[in-house]
Amino acid sequence: MGELDRLAMYTQMVRIRQYESRIMQEYHADKSPAWDIGAGLIPGEMHLAAGQEPAAVGVCAHLKKGDAITAPHRPHHFALAHGVDMNKMTAEIYGRTGGLCKGKGGHMHLFDPENHFSCSGIIAQGLPVACGQAMAFQRKGTDNVAIAVTGEGAANQGAFHESLNLAAVWNLPVIFVIEDNDWAISVPKDASTAGASNADRAAGYGIPGVRVEDNDVEAMYEAAGAAIDRARAGDGPSLIEIHTLRLFGHFEGDAQAYRPELATVNERDPIPKYAASLQELGELTEEQIASIQADADAEVDAAIEFAKASPEPAPEDALLHVFA
Amino acid sequence: MSTTTETRRITTAKAMAEGIGLEMQRDPNVFVMGEDVGAYGGIFGSTTDLFGEFGADRVIDTPISETGFIGAGIGAAVEGLRPVVELMFVDFYGVCMDQISNHMAKIHYESGGNVKVPMVLMTATGGGYSDAAQHSQCLWGTFAHLPGMKVVVPSNPYDAKGLMISAIQDDNPVMYMFHKGGQGLVWMEKNPRSIGEVPEESYTVPIGKAAIAKEGSDVTIVTLSLSVQHSLDVAEELEAEGISVEVVDLRSLVPLDTETVLESVGKTGRVLVVDEDYKSFGLTGEIAAIIAETDPGLLKKPFSRLAVPDVPIPYARPLEYGILPTRDKIKAAVKDLMA
Repeated sequence: MGELDRLAMYTQMVRIRQYESRIMQEYHADKSPAWDIGAGLIPGEMHLAAGQEPAAVGVCAHLKKGDAITAPHRPHHFALAHGVDMNKMTAEIYGRTGGLCKGKGGHMHLFDPENHFSCSGIIAQGLPVACGQAMAFQRKGTDNVAIAVTGEGAANQGAFHESLNLAAVWNLPVIFVIEDNDWAISVPKDASTAGASNADRAAGYGIPGVRVEDNDVEAMYEAAGAAIDRARAGDGPSLIEIHTLRLFGHFEGDAQAYRPELATVNERDPIPKYAASLQELGELTEEQIASIQADADAEVDAAIEFAKASPEPAPEDALLHVFA
Repeated sequence: MSTTTETRRITTAKAMAEGIGLEMQRDPNVFVMGEDVGAYGGIFGSTTDLFGEFGADRVIDTPISETGFIGAGIGAAVEGLRPVVELMFVDFYGVCMDQISNHMAKIHYESGGNVKVPMVLMTATGGGYSDAAQHSQCLWGTFAHLPGMKVVVPSNPYDAKGLMISAIQDDNPVMYMFHKGGQGLVWMEKNPRSIGEVPEESYTVPIGKAAIAKEGSDVTIVTLSLSVQHSLDVAEELEAEGISVEVVDLRSLVPLDTETVLESVGKTGRVLVVDEDYKSFGLTGEIAAIIAETDPGLLKKPFSRLAVPDVPIPYARPLEYGILPTRDKIKAAVKDLMA
């Protein structure tokens, strides 16, 4: 495990938050007065990960070149923390030719082979793919690992259990990361999931399972570091569930009327909390907070400009890329 | 080609396994995984002897987790390996179709062409041996309908080997759909055409190119898989009765060789499409549409088709043979076209 760099983790969290906040603004900016999901410069469903930064940042702080991630429908935080190019990712979200996938994928289907990053809009179905990537790393004799991310709702999918078993029986270098944000769209975890912690399910497959409480980025860093070291050493897969926070709706446009704790979500925001603890440790100043925010603002604004300046694809391009 | 290679005759199953084995020798990135593909050699013989030659590291028995191991095949392919994955019966598609359709077949497109999925998913199809509704389907029309995967459907040992080698070398996901009844298995009734001459060396059969399995001038039968064997039997019988039947073996559904189909139909003016898959919304209708879109005037007689009449495959022999495209029914349909 490398050395904990608190400032770098804080900076990454702020960067992701700025991204999600600005995408939210941009997404809604041209969908009024009659809100239409298919209208505007960013059409379609939009699942933002504000509040879940600790999950991605705690894991990705340990990753190196060649490590893979499969993320689910809510992928931006893991993409950015893993080094996916913000400009190309944003252009993809805008459906432009300069996007990661030339406008074919959109926000739920971001593919960056250079960083071995992909996501899928079908929950838990990225897990088997991550197992296969891990299998490839194992067969090639590298010490790379695959991170398979999914939400707590997806832990009730067959693909989740098949993947845990497969990874365990083949001793694959995979780390399963469950983001428990309490809500599977509108259904609370206690109404859908037997057992309080999905980390306990790891025991059924004979692999380590850790539950990280309080959306704590440093605890996530520790848990992920141990799991990744283990996988790199050839000791097989692990499961980590982090209790995180969905600061926004399931998707943009979700009024969240089902959510009784909505009034207190901002109080649980992990970023001001982490800033305060770093200030207490004397590792973060007000000036640094301001400059980190300013850098994030500038980077995200530039990415949005890049996206808007990128040409739209021609309709006939829809016929390209079915086959290699 | 030496005399020995020309005269060597092997089963379709053995030819498939031989194709895989040659590719495994050539390319260390090729490996096999699936249920009972190891020591057993594949329930329908598709991996015969590979375990002995290449060992458990490259011929991998999986848990009964089709979503898990097909997904793992995709992940391995994305990272540059060339997995040959077996789905034991195509009927099991229901427990893994998300990986097949939403992932294997879509990743290249979704990624704007940036991510390749060079993977073969081989699977056993077809009925005729009383395995009933959940183990006897063909379903190739279902896979051919969904964009992003090539679909090959061999009918004989020579093509089985050449198409397998082509499929493994292809940079796209390929569904390789073989018929249990055409494998030449010792424990299932088989047509003599399930054993044939196969060169020992490596060769390819191009994906997307149909074959004229038999030339003829009166009627074209467009067909695939085991129905090619039945159609050739019928064509030989009818030859004696003075009816000249041309048999087009599609060999691939995606891409579909429409040129060969249209050329043959243009020549004979009469077409029968024989398909062991379900009738409606499938291959038979597709061929009719292609002819109609090109030139309905190609046909001297109304389009004719023989397929499973939109019922699940029944168990009892009289029931099953009541709905399968048997030789008798093919013969009767050809005679109707000539009447």
